[in-house]
Amino acid sequence: MYTYNDYIKEEKLPHIWCAGCGNGIVLNALLHALADMQIPPEEVVIVTGSGCLARLVTYPNTSTIKMLHGRVLAGATGIKLANPNLKVFCLMGDGDGATIGGNHLIHCARRNIDVTAIICNNFNYGMTGGQYSATTPYGAITTTSRYGLVEENFNMAELVKACGAPYVARCSATDVLNLRKYIIEATQKKGFGFIEVLSACVTHYGKNNKMGDAPNMMRQIDSMCVPAARAKNMTEEELAGKYITGKLVDRNDLIDFGTSYQRLREEVTAK
Amino acid sequence: MSNMKFMQGNEAVARGAIAAGARFFAGYPITPSSEIAEQCSLLLPKVGGTFIQMEDEMASLAAVEGASCAGVMGFTATSGPGFCIMQEHIGHALMCEIPCVIVVVQRGGPSTGLATKPAQGDVMQARWGCNGDHSIIALSPSSVEECYELTAKAFYFAEKYRTPVIVLSDGITGKMYENVNLRELGEDELPPKREIAGDPADYRTYNFDPDNIPPLAPFGTAWQTHLSSAMHNELGYSFGAPENADRCVRYLTDKIEKHIDEITMTRSYEMEDADVVFISYGCSARSARGAVEKLRESGVKAGLLQLQTVWPFPKKEVTAALGQAKVVAVPELNLGQIFQEVAACNKGTKLISIPKVKGELLTPQEIIDAIKEEM
Amino acid sequence: MKAAITLHEKRCKGCGICAAFCPRRVYDIKPGEKVTVARPEDCIACRMCEFRCPDLALEVTKL
Repeated sequence: MYTYNDYIKEEKLPHIWCAGCGNGIVLNALLHALADMQIPPEEVVIVTGSGCLARLVTYPNTSTIKMLHGRVLAGATGIKLANPNLKVFCLMGDGDGATIGGNHLIHCARRNIDVTAIICNNFNYGMTGGQYSATTPYGAITTTSRYGLVEENFNMAELVKACGAPYVARCSATDVLNLRKYIIEATQKKGFGFIEVLSACVTHYGKNNKMGDAPNMMRQIDSMCVPAARAKNMTEEELAGKYITGKLVDRNDLIDFGTSYQRLREEVTAK
Repeated sequence: MSNMKFMQGNEAVARGAIAAGARFFAGYPITPSSEIAEQCSLLLPKVGGTFIQMEDEMASLAAVEGASCAGVMGFTATSGPGFCIMQEHIGHALMCEIPCVIVVVQRGGPSTGLATKPAQGDVMQARWGCNGDHSIIALSPSSVEECYELTAKAFYFAEKYRTPVIVLSDGITGKMYENVNLRELGEDELPPKREIAGDPADYRTYNFDPDNIPPLAPFGTAWQTHLSSAMHNELGYSFGAPENADRCVRYLTDKIEKHIDEITMTRSYEMEDADVVFISYGCSARSARGAVEKLRESGVKAGLLQLQTVWPFPKKEVTAALGQAKVVAVPELNLGQIFQEVAACNKGTKLISIPKVKGELLTPQEIIDAIKEEM
Repeated sequence: MKAAITLHEKRCKGCGICAAFCPRRVYDIKPGEKVTVARPEDCIACRMCEFRCPDLALEVTKL
């Protein structure tokens, strides 16, 4: 029986993130999910890239690898295919996952690699000082869009859904019980499990866009969330600037790459 | 046991990798390397391995690194433009100390250059392509046989020194057909197994001792690893102190350079009494060998020192060759990338560069003509 | 008392999320300071503060 404490290196705390940063909430949810699933720590691999969230590798009591910026899912693909028994968790910010690594995201989802991908979307590059990313909303102020951003952003969950991922969920970082549930479901799904967590960067994005302190910023993010069931009855205008949350995709009709490839191996060796 | 087959250099690369125990290939198609990927897609599933065609070269080498971390030796293959894209992961693998093999079938550059024509213009890219100080191992085959042998050897060095190893092939060596002995590798030729013992609590991912490189514990074992390409401590956690940065960078150089004698592989042809010496590698070494034969027929004491190991640069062997010769010439399909390294070892021997960047092989006659005035 | 609250003070960065979201106003926080467990007797052990704490600084045990 593993407990929460088996998955964390408590001696490494306090962590390096700013006060009110959602990254800690995601870390906490992940560790609780691991304990709930009773996955032996040595079977877990945590893969990150660059940026604030990537520093997460310091805290779990599991093997970890920091890939290069954006290459999280590409590295994870190799890990999972080489040893399908491993549980591979890919933790990315919106820079890693949606922007520099966007190409790997769509292909990993399309190939249906059996890993759990969590994008902690805080709408900007925190580590480098609050520049805009591919998820920064139109008009937002960042250190590289001082007059307001003139680019449209990605709808991450819809993008991954369109790529054919069998499991997609989205929630706010404060929606902690659902977050943990989604991590567990995404992990247990045979195939690409994707969760977008809407999170707060109080230090940069919050400050630049006058969103107040951590609780205020979290509340504003919560107010942007619309549960999928409610969104069904809303018009496009009403949904502008909103994020549809909940379990958005849960399919069992898709075969993951590893399973398909194993079938191929068996067929060619039988010949 | 002899197992002679007539095949292409690129195919022999795939066969050599599999003979060495590689069971993972991730790549992106590019001329003139694509047959390596094609062969892997045919051969790997039959031996329980995995072939995957990734979305680009960054993803390819990242996936190879991932497989290696999970305990399965992997490799990728590319050509010049793809090699450029891979540089960031070569640096990552160097810093994280992840064994892997990158096969580069060189073509005319810069950039798109001559997609279907041979060149040897990536010698310096192999040495210094990624950022920061480091050392690197690069082996250059000049025959189909050597495609098989040196690719297998690349895995041996990759595992032994926990580092990426580059196989610098070229559009001629990769595309030509020859006989190759697909022999079984001996126990001592196979890459060392990652044997890890002791209390998992005592395991350190790194120890910064060039003579005692800890094996990389595969993910999924009791030995926890933390891999990071940031300056790190023994446990693999970020550690940016100036003294630690100095230690990391020097170690990455020392762990290769201190073992240069073991890593260096050269072949000598007619060198015993040679006073006209060619120093070459890859496809150009074959042209030089032709020149040696012709010159010998006309009574010139010519010889060839072929560099199978290009990096780390075989200074000792090159210095000895310079010492015995009256004239040394370096034929190569670039504007003198290895010539400059030879020049750095030279203490007064007449030294000639024989460059060619037309996307064609050097002919033996071109080589002979280039040194005629000096004889 | 329905719950025992452990506050790892060293880890707390004083973001105020626990205090703001607590349904029973168990916590007090002043700007620039760490949180204090002001009214532990009001805690209903819902543990939401523990899961929401970005600093992994709270543990709530049901009694």
